[in-house]
Amino acid sequence: MNVFLDFEKPIADLEGKIEELRQLGSGKTDDEAARNPPVNVEEEIARLQAKSSQAVADIYARLSPWQKAQVARHPGRPHFSDYIRGLIADFTPLAGDRLYGEDKAIVTGLGRFRGRPVALVGQEKGNDTKSRLLHNFGMAMPEGYRKVQRLIEMANRFGLPVISLVDTAGAYPGIGAEERGQAEAIARSTQACLSLKTPFVATIIGEGGSGGAVAIAAANRVYMLEHSIYSVISPEGCASILWHKSDKAADAAAAMKITAQDLLSIKVIDGIIPEPVGGAHRAPERAVQVAGDTIERALNELSGHPAEELKRLRREKYLQIGTLETA
Amino acid sequence: MNWITNFVRPRIKGLMGSKSITSDTLWKKCSGCGEMVFHRDLIAAHNVCPRCQHHMRIGAKDRFTHLFDDGAHEKLPSPDVPQDPLRFRDDKRYADRLKEYRTKTGLNDALVAARGMLDGLPVVIAVQSFEFMGGSLGLAAGAGLVAAMRTAVAEKRPFILVVSSGGARMQEGIFSLMQMPRTTVGVDMLNEAGLPYIVVLTDPTTGGVSASYAMLGDVQIAEPGALIGFSGPRVIEQTIRERLPEGFQRAEYLLAHGMLDMIVHRRELKDTLSRVLRLLLKQPAPQRGNGYAKPNGAAEAAQPAPRA
Repeated sequence: MNVFLDFEKPIADLEGKIEELRQLGSGKTDDEAARNPPVNVEEEIARLQAKSSQAVADIYARLSPWQKAQVARHPGRPHFSDYIRGLIADFTPLAGDRLYGEDKAIVTGLGRFRGRPVALVGQEKGNDTKSRLLHNFGMAMPEGYRKVQRLIEMANRFGLPVISLVDTAGAYPGIGAEERGQAEAIARSTQACLSLKTPFVATIIGEGGSGGAVAIAAANRVYMLEHSIYSVISPEGCASILWHKSDKAADAAAAMKITAQDLLSIKVIDGIIPEPVGGAHRAPERAVQVAGDTIERALNELSGHPAEELKRLRREKYLQIGTLETA
Repeated sequence: MNWITNFVRPRIKGLMGSKSITSDTLWKKCSGCGEMVFHRDLIAAHNVCPRCQHHMRIGAKDRFTHLFDDGAHEKLPSPDVPQDPLRFRDDKRYADRLKEYRTKTGLNDALVAARGMLDGLPVVIAVQSFEFMGGSLGLAAGAGLVAAMRTAVAEKRPFILVVSSGGARMQEGIFSLMQMPRTTVGVDMLNEAGLPYIVVLTDPTTGGVSASYAMLGDVQIAEPGALIGFSGPRVIEQTIRERLPEGFQRAEYLLAHGMLDMIVHRRELKDTLSRVLRLLLKQPAPQRGNGYAKPNGAAEAAQPAPRA
């Protein structure tokens, strides 16, 4: 089943027509026209498919920031577990923060990425009602961020590079989360990222929402998928605070500069990973491999640096962002 | 607007002193209990209501006067940062908003840092005050904090942060978010230099500020009743669709949940900071005639032998 976003209506209409014609061609209807198709069905389908592909390419070539936010949240978009399936052999999830509980919004573990043992961390949003609830829609509790600290500390001791896949609307805002120190957990997780002495590559695969994202993204290299977003607050949140109405989300999305293209131009990220035409959700497996290629290249480059240097460079990177020299 | 309002009135005001004597300045309404408090009493109590002990918000100037010996301090220069890097505009241009706050508060941005002596100890104190755009964290505050931390490291001074902030400055978008790792690097520099980093959380401290440097102190102190948390109470209420429990996210709640070392009344703050710093720095206790340096509770008694 395809999910079409609002602005994909022209594509949805064409796909609908194609589907109708297919049913006609296969004679599944009793319709008179079905037995005597007025035109060559195959030809018509091919024509419409070309038109649809063109519409996809056109629409996705000029997505607005708000449309990109919707693509970044598309339910069919590859999530953390799709990347693990496509890129990681011997994946061994490691659970629990040893303090309170196991938070499934953040998954951590060990595995082999194209032959090299690595530590992995990322938010998982889930892809159906059951798994979304299990993973709390990718919104982590303090336990999740404390599990990350544990993983990074271990990666440090064993000299494992860390791959982070960021996909969250933000850390969970709830009573339990506050009670158990959400702010402190996020702060310490960011601190752990900055103390790491091994190569650390973070990729925003969907949504990079606020402190809950940066807590696992203070890396040597930060990449974003072509239609992902990274922001200090959700466009809706920003709109309701600054415009006093949430229907200004599109304006807020544009004003905050949340797209990969904007963030590369102001040198906050290191590169953009191209998505298949029409977004990662149209060809998830290919999207995952392309991201893997970028991550692999980055790890190769970084592995040439001595341990202390990796930490120093990462710190320099964050000290430099937004200074007069780089702006 | 005419010659009289534009020219004559300011001259008259100038002759009479900058503040006219009205009930506004003689009396202040306590934002806690609503009682009218005599201005002079309030100043003497560092803006704590003598009636209900509510700790009112105060700015950098009052903090420095209170914490530095004789109020003497030297402000650290605030680094130049890009102004309005995103050319942000909501109902109003961010550039205009900045100008307004600068005029209104006389501050350049939310964070002011200074060096001076606290109870005879050389220290750097940074104050992030709510009065400037809700104390929000942007490039200026982030860069100012890191520069002040570098100064502390270079001069081997302990670092005290007195913070009040709603969190990230949305008008600076991702640059605001990037101040979280950036300031964390500053905290790490203090840690590595073996210098104490004491955080005093005041009302309110939330969002990206509490989720970075404001929660990374060696010792975490809060003022009574201060609202401290990651998500604001309104966001939580909207998410869980429940009323929040009484006292939720207040300093007392955080202390009970293990997130703070102590809650300190404003009048005790300077002594507490001095005591903590002197212990961490292995400095002798200050000489005072108040029994301060004597063992707790047993001023003249012999110290019991430590248990093995």
